[in-house]
Amino acid sequence: MAEAVFTARGLTKVYRSGEVEVHALRGADIDLYSGEVSVMLGPSGSGKSTLLNILGGLDRPTAGTVRFRDHELTNASERELTRYRREHVGFVFQFYNLIPSLTARENVSLVTEIATAPMKPEEALTLVGLGHRLDHFPSQLSGGEQQRVAIARAIAKRPDVLLCDEPTGALDSKIGVLVLEALDQVNQTLGTTTAIITHNASIQGMAHRVFNFGDGRITSTHVNETRVKPSEISW
Amino acid sequence: MKALDRKLLRDMKRLWAQSLAVAFVMAAGVATMLIGLGAYNSLSETRAAYYERSQFADVFAFAVRAPKSVSAEIRQIAGVGQVETRIVRPALLDIEGFDLPATGYFTSLPASGESSLNKLHLRSGRLPEPGSLREVAVSESFANAHKFKIGSRFGAILNGAKRRLTITAIVLSAEYIYALGPGDMMPDDRRFGIVWMREPALAAAFNLEGAFNNVSLRLLKGASAADVLQSLDRILQRYGGEGAYGREDQLSHAFLDAELQQLSAMSRIMPPVFLVVSAFLINMVLSRLISLEREQIGLFKAIGYSPASIAFHYAKLVLLISAMGVAIGFAAGTWLSYGLTLLYTKFFHFPYRIFVVSPRLYAIAGLVSVTAALIGSMRSVANAAALSPAIAMQAPAPPVYRRFWSGRIQPLNHVSQLTIMVLRHIFRWPLRSLLTTLGIAFSVALLVSSLFTVGSITYMIDVTFDRADRQDSTFTFGEARPAQALQEVARLPGVLSAEPFRIVVVNLSNGHYTKRVAISGKPAAMDLSRVLDLELRPVSLPKSGLALGDTLAAKLHLKRGDIVHVEILGRNRLEADVPVIDIIQSYIGLMAFMDIHALSQLLGESPSISGVHMLLDPAQSDRFFSKVKEQPTLAAMALQRISLAKFQETIAENINIQIAVYVGLASIIAFGVVYNSARIQFAERARELASLRVLGFTQFEVSRLLLLEFALLTLAAMPIGWALGYGLALALVEGFQSDLYRLPFIMLRSTYAYSALIVMAAVAVSALVVRRRANNLDLVSVLKTRD
Repeated sequence: MAEAVFTARGLTKVYRSGEVEVHALRGADIDLYSGEVSVMLGPSGSGKSTLLNILGGLDRPTAGTVRFRDHELTNASERELTRYRREHVGFVFQFYNLIPSLTARENVSLVTEIATAPMKPEEALTLVGLGHRLDHFPSQLSGGEQQRVAIARAIAKRPDVLLCDEPTGALDSKIGVLVLEALDQVNQTLGTTTAIITHNASIQGMAHRVFNFGDGRITSTHVNETRVKPSEISW
Repeated sequence: MKALDRKLLRDMKRLWAQSLAVAFVMAAGVATMLIGLGAYNSLSETRAAYYERSQFADVFAFAVRAPKSVSAEIRQIAGVGQVETRIVRPALLDIEGFDLPATGYFTSLPASGESSLNKLHLRSGRLPEPGSLREVAVSESFANAHKFKIGSRFGAILNGAKRRLTITAIVLSAEYIYALGPGDMMPDDRRFGIVWMREPALAAAFNLEGAFNNVSLRLLKGASAADVLQSLDRILQRYGGEGAYGREDQLSHAFLDAELQQLSAMSRIMPPVFLVVSAFLINMVLSRLISLEREQIGLFKAIGYSPASIAFHYAKLVLLISAMGVAIGFAAGTWLSYGLTLLYTKFFHFPYRIFVVSPRLYAIAGLVSVTAALIGSMRSVANAAALSPAIAMQAPAPPVYRRFWSGRIQPLNHVSQLTIMVLRHIFRWPLRSLLTTLGIAFSVALLVSSLFTVGSITYMIDVTFDRADRQDSTFTFGEARPAQALQEVARLPGVLSAEPFRIVVVNLSNGHYTKRVAISGKPAAMDLSRVLDLELRPVSLPKSGLALGDTLAAKLHLKRGDIVHVEILGRNRLEADVPVIDIIQSYIGLMAFMDIHALSQLLGESPSISGVHMLLDPAQSDRFFSKVKEQPTLAAMALQRISLAKFQETIAENINIQIAVYVGLASIIAFGVVYNSARIQFAERARELASLRVLGFTQFEVSRLLLLEFALLTLAAMPIGWALGYGLALALVEGFQSDLYRLPFIMLRSTYAYSALIVMAAVAVSALVVRRRANNLDLVSVLKTRD
C-alpha cells in the first residue's frame, strides 16, 4: 500500500454561527494515500468542505489531530500554515477565484513566482489543454476554461496535494468532463495526490478511493478496483 | 418606520466609519466657512458698534498750528456734522523699572467734560480733572504692560520739560483698536501707549495755547468724503496742514481692515477645497454601495418601488451623512470661530466683543455643503434609479481588464504579477484612481498653501531687517530739525553710527490714480537703512527723482521713467512733477524714496531732518537709554531689534496655531480619501486577496498589494498637489495684500517636502487601518461565496 500523505484522527470542528453552534465535523478519521485520486461524496453540510479546509491549512480543527507527512498541522501558527500552503498545497474552488486583472498565464505566474521548483506557466496551462489561451483575461474565458486555469495555477508549483472543492459544481456535464480530464491528466503525469469534493456521485468512478460523508463523519470508504475514464462520465 | 428607512439606518450603521470620514471632510468645509466668515462678521460688527458708540471720526488731519477759530470755518464745510480740534503730539516716556525709553502718544481731552468725537471708553477711574496739569488717562494695554493702576505715576518729557504724571483713568479708544508705535512692526505695549491729558495742560506744554494741531470730523450721511478732504486741506494749508485723510488711511482702522480682508480671502479660498473633496467622497462611497446593492435595488423594483422612491432612498443616505458633517462643522466652526475672535481681541483692543452667530451664515454654510454632497451623489443615485430590475438581479459582469498597449510590447516582463495587478487595477478604474489622486493632492495643496508662509515671512524679515533696515534704533523728532541735529545724536554714548532721514507727507498722483504717502529722504551714502532694488541690491538715490516701492508703483500705474505728480501736504503746499527713477522692493507699507538733499530742494527749505537711524553698541545700551530719556527734542524712538523680536514671537505663535489647524484639516482630507477608497477597494477585492492568501502569499505580501496602490497614487498626487498648492498660495498672497503690507511669494523646497511628508503619514495611517482588515480576512467564507 502507498504511503499515507494525510493522517487525521478524531477531527472535530465546531463553528459558532451567531448564537448557534454548528458541529461541522464530529470525530472524522481519514487517511489519504500518495498518488491517489480520492473523491469525497456527501450531501451539503456533511463536513467534507470543512475537512478539506483543515487538510489544506485554511482552517484548524476544534479537536483531533491532523498530520501531513511529518508536519503536524493541528496547532500550526498562521505563518506556518501560510508556508505549508505555499509549499505543498494546490487549491481548486467551485468559483475559480482567478484574479480578474491578470491573464491566464499571469494568474499561473502568480504561483510560479513564489514556488521553489515550479513548472513553466505555459507548461501548466498546456497540461490542462489551454496552451492556446495564454494571454486571455478571465473575462475572456468560458467557465470551464477559467476552472482549468485555476487547476493550472494550482498544480504549477508541483504541489504534493491538490485539493478541489466542487471543481465542476458550476459547470455543465460536457465542460465539467474537460475539467475532470485535466485533473486526471495532472494526477497521471505528476502523480499529485488529489482530493475532490463533490456531491455528484457519477464522479466517484474516476477515483482510486471514495469516502462517503454524513453528519460530520465518514460513513463508508471503498476502493475502486477499476477506474472509469473521465470521458466516460456524464451527469 | 418604513422598511426602506429602517434599511437606511442599518446601512448607515454598517457604513459608520466611512460615513464619518466623509462627514469630517464636509465638517472641515463648513467649519472653515464659519471660522472665516464668523470671525469676519464678529470683528466687523464689533468694530461698527464700537465706532458708532464712541463717535469715531470719519476724517482726520494734522496741522502745525492752527488757531482755534479755524474750527468754525471747518464746521462750515458742506457735509461736516461734527468737528473736534485737539492737540496730538508724541513724547518720550520715562517709566520706573523699565530701562527702555517708551513713546507716549499725547492726545488732548477738552478743557472739561468728555470728547464729542473719538470718545473714550472708561475701564476704570475717572477722566482727569478739568484744569489738572498732571492727571492723565492711559490706554489699557499700555497700563497692563506696566501693571499700572489708578494712581500710578510715570515720567514724560513734554517739549523738553520732564514731568511726573498721575494716572486717573484707564481707557480704551476706537482710534487705537490697533496701537502701533512709530517705526514698529508689531504692537509693543510696553514701549508704546496713548496718554490723554486735559487740553490746557497739553497746550501749555507744547506752546499751543489757543491753537490745535489735529482735527477730526464726523461727516453727515451721504456727504462726499473726497470733497470734505479737499476743503479741509484748503483751510489747513495756511497752518501747515499735512493733508487730511479718511478712515481708510487711519492706521488702526487700516490694520483692522487688512485683517478683515485676510479673513474674507480665507473664507473664499479654503471652503471650496473641502466641498469638492467631500462631493467626490460621497460619490465614491455611494457608487460602491449601490453596486453592492444591485440585487436589492432590482428586488425593490420588482416588488413595485418606483425609480423616484429608490433615488430618494439613496439621496436620504447622502442627506444623513451631510447632516452629520454639517452638525460637526457647526460645532467645530462655532468653537474655532469663537477662539479666533478671542485671538483677535488679543491684538485689537475692543471694550466688548460681539460674537455674531448669524443664523443666515449657518444656513448658507449648511446649504452649500449639502448641495455639494447631493451634486456628488447625483450620478450614483441616477444610476440606481435607472437600473432595470431584470439586469439588477443578475450578478454584474466580471470587470474587463486589458493588457498594456494591447500586449504588443511587454514592458512588464520583469515586474512581479502582484505589481501588474496593482497597475492594471489603477488603470481599470482611471476615473476613480484620478479622483483619489486628486483628493490626496488637495490635502497636499492645503499644506503647501499654509506652510509656505513660514518661508515667506522668514524671507520678508531677512529682506526688511537684515538687508534694508539694519539699524538698531530710530529717533523721530517732534518736528523737523536742522541737519546739525544729526551730530547731537551721533554724540550720544553708544551710538556707533548715525544716519539722518527726512519724512514728508505727500499726495502722489498719476492721472486719476492718487495716493497719500510719505516720501523718505535718505542720504546718498546710506548704510543703515538702505533702499533695495527688485533684485535686492542696494540702490543709491540720484540727485533728483523718486524711487517707488513696487506695490505703490503698481497702484499708481507707474513704471521707471514715468513722471509722477507730487503735491506736498505741508506748510507750503508745493506741487512738482518728478521722474520715477527706480522701482524698488517693498513689503511693508507704500514706500517712496528720494535723496535727502533733493527732497529739501523740492521743499524749498534748508537741509533738515525728521529723525536719525542708529547702530548701537550693545555694551553701552544702559548709558544710551538713560541719556535718551533726557533728550528734550526726541518725540519717539523705535527699537528695531526689539521690534523684530516681538514680531517674530507673535508671528511664531500665530503660525504655530495656523499650522496645527491646517495639518489637522489636511490630515482629515487625506485620511478621508484614502480610508474610503481603501475600504472600498478592500471590499471589492476581498476575493482576490483571499485567493492570494490561499495560494500561499503571506499577509505582508497581500497587504502590500493594497498599500502599493495607495503609495503609487500618493506619489502621483504629490506634483499635482504641489502645483495646486502653489496656485492656492498665490491666490492667498493676492488676497492678503493690503496697503500696509504684502507677503512676498517665496516657495521653499522644504515646504513641498514637509507637505508631502505630512500627507504621506496620514495616508500611511489610513492604509494601515485598512490593512488590519486584510490581515483578519476570513479566507474560507470569502472564497466559498459567489461575487
